[in-house]
Amino acid sequence: MGETAASLRFDLAVIANAIADRPGLRALDIGCGDGALMAALRDDCGVDARGIEIDSGLVERCVARGLSVVQGDANTDLAEYPDKAFDYTILSQTLQTATRPDLILGELLRVGERAFVSFPNFAHWRTRAALMFGGRMPVTRALPVNWYATPNIHHVTIEDFRDLANEVGARIGRSWFFADERPISSAGANWRAEFAVFELSH
Amino acid sequence: MAEFSPSNLCNLPEPLVLDSGQVLSDVRIAYETYGELAPDKSNAILICHALTGDQYVASEHPLTGKPGWWERMVGPGKPIDTARHYVICANVIGSCMGSTGPASDGGDGKPYAMRFPVITIRDMVRGLIGLLDQLGIERLHAVVGGSMGGMQALSLAANWPDRASRVLVIASTARHSAQNIAFHEVGRQAIMADPAWGDGDYYARGETPANGLAVARMAAHITYLSEEGLTAKFGRRLQDRPDGTKGAISFGFDADFQVESYLRYQGSGFTRRFDANSYLYITRAMDYFDLAQEHGGKLANAFRESRDTRFCLVSFDTDWLYPTAESRHIVHALNATGSPVSFVELSAPNGHDSFLLPHRQLDSIVQGFLDG
Repeated sequence: MGETAASLRFDLAVIANAIADRPGLRALDIGCGDGALMAALRDDCGVDARGIEIDSGLVERCVARGLSVVQGDANTDLAEYPDKAFDYTILSQTLQTATRPDLILGELLRVGERAFVSFPNFAHWRTRAALMFGGRMPVTRALPVNWYATPNIHHVTIEDFRDLANEVGARIGRSWFFADERPISSAGANWRAEFAVFELSH
Repeated sequence: MAEFSPSNLCNLPEPLVLDSGQVLSDVRIAYETYGELAPDKSNAILICHALTGDQYVASEHPLTGKPGWWERMVGPGKPIDTARHYVICANVIGSCMGSTGPASDGGDGKPYAMRFPVITIRDMVRGLIGLLDQLGIERLHAVVGGSMGGMQALSLAANWPDRASRVLVIASTARHSAQNIAFHEVGRQAIMADPAWGDGDYYARGETPANGLAVARMAAHITYLSEEGLTAKFGRRLQDRPDGTKGAISFGFDADFQVESYLRYQGSGFTRRFDANSYLYITRAMDYFDLAQEHGGKLANAFRESRDTRFCLVSFDTDWLYPTAESRHIVHALNATGSPVSFVELSAPNGHDSFLLPHRQLDSIVQGFLDG
């Protein structure tokens, strides 16, 4: 309880701040985890937040904090939501785990007027260096799990993401980049950023 | 069935106009309450019972002397906290624990028996709404139900959307499947095939169709358990013989296997507390239940006016009576209407009955949902 935007993970804090001044807005957090962002959106911003989460233990924690969360799979269950049911759909650090990121991206903007997508950038210099000099699949701070155990089955770079957005007809609005969990400028972001957050619309 | 006196009785001032078009007059609702009603009447939780349940959710059953059927969930400091909430649990019409049913006086000094009108889940809820009106409770903090209780909770939400702020539905469904109906039909046929049933007019004769009712209960009981649960509990283990022999088959038709003995015990115990005709009427009501069909064939239509109601659905992974897909079906309809809904499938070994058994995650969800 009492989750505030200030105590959120950096990418979630950016999303909470970006819609902080829009009470009554409807948001769907896909892969909402323990509901930290949803609770902050509800408590600090008056947002009507809903969630989807695949892990029953995490859904339990969300329900126990009074959030409306449905246990389900982002890969299949978005299809059950009507068009433009939400002002915002949110996909934080989940895109790279999706079976078909391209289809998910399309669904985000079918179900929501706008979408926030955050993901670890595979083209960060640390990842590039690990592959170039180590010759093995990188295990870094941003991507801490070995290739055989990682849930990240579709690694993506900032430039790849821009291309995909373009391909599915999504317009990129605001964007934020992070290294060492701190915001950095967009200059050379595909080298410098460990994580990126994009706002999308049609 | 023995005689008993329920503690609270409410006589509905108006007759109930039923889905069949028939009218049920002089309706009596037997109910129990726990906790204190707040002065503004905002803390009432209605718990709806299942097929063979009753109003004794958290107090001793007057016939069996057993604890309430959900005592682990309902009480002071428990997930449904009677220290803070006023909990109401009423016997549904058609049943046999004090509310008007087939064993009640049909107006001519004789029991209704099969003259009792066929009722639906919505008719049961009409009776419950009548009770809430008499108690002066306009809006429930929550309506809660498992199994058939969940059907009533859904029916209340769909047909009286302004009467509950929260709707908690556990191990339930929005419609009875062919398989559900099939199992119920086996039970009904077992009762009606018992010579003692005599077209349902057995009340004066003193002999009840206990054998048929016991078989109905045995068949139904299998559907409440999982194969995994049955195997763990009984396996192929044999019963000790009356002559003291252990672990030997009898080459006869006594209850050789422990699972047979268990079912027989469940069946015969049930006949001491339940009326066979009530079993016919209530199973019929469940079979008729199809919330979508009541609302133009589209389940989402049932929840068109429920946007201010919070829903929570819980299923169990080993429940093959009302499997997870049925709960998901309801969740999708609620998503389509934009109603706030939570859903979780819990892992539990005991099939449909899991909702009555200890489950830490269930407790946490129930408490969190009711407090949120």
